[in-house]
Amino acid sequence: MKERRRPANSRRRFLLAAGGVAAVLAFEPADATVAEMSDAMRKVVGGAPVAKGRVTLELPPLVDNGNTVALTVRVDSPMTARDHVKTIHVFTEKNPQPNVATFRLGPRAGRASVATRIRLADTQTVVALCEMSDGTFCSGSADVVVTLAACLEEL
Amino acid sequence: MARALITVPASARHGEIIEIKAIVGHPMEPGFRRTQLGTLIPRDIVTQFACTYNGVEVFSADLYPAISANPYLAFFTVATESGTLVFNWIGDNGFSVTESAAIAVT
Repeated sequence: MKERRRPANSRRRFLLAAGGVAAVLAFEPADATVAEMSDAMRKVVGGAPVAKGRVTLELPPLVDNGNTVALTVRVDSPMTARDHVKTIHVFTEKNPQPNVATFRLGPRAGRASVATRIRLADTQTVVALCEMSDGTFCSGSADVVVTLAACLEEL
Repeated sequence: MARALITVPASARHGEIIEIKAIVGHPMEPGFRRTQLGTLIPRDIVTQFACTYNGVEVFSADLYPAISANPYLAFFTVATESGTLVFNWIGDNGFSVTESAAIAVT
């Protein structure tokens, strides 16, 4: 009887262990860098609340070459002297450095839209954080799949 | 002196929203890459960009290593008066480029 029970027991133990390893693999690597990005965002925002929406990031969903990725950030704003976009910050989750760029606009911009080309080191989420003239913040994000990473290759 | 390319419409109606595109030749070495011998290649990037319209700043940007080589920026401004737009890039190792473009507003 004793010998019979043992295989079931070890199988259970194996499954538990495998589950534990999978959980660690799934959460640990992402956590460290995502925390870095939220730190960088907190530095900009302070304690103010950030609303989701109004900001659109245009990025290709699948990127072959992470060295040049076309990015367009659009903010839904009338861009008048009373109500306009002051700054747009762009952050990435898994690049070596969370900051990508900071754009300063004003009522003379006419349209809250900026385009540039960025580097992406991994499959990740890109976030744009926008500060309005009344001091409120809003954000938008886009998910990108990157096949060839930038920044880290050897020469 | 690095080469800079700017696209500004030569003329515009008063109050029209115009698109401006600016690109400057620069390797944008991010400072995270290593040579095959393992030595770190030092950072060499453009850190700041500014566009002034008849002396008034209408757009500026802080750039980080995540911006691609030959940094490209496209943005909008309202054509308020005839004059010149001056573009300035500042970067590591004393990099500085200034370009200007004229616009006629009717």
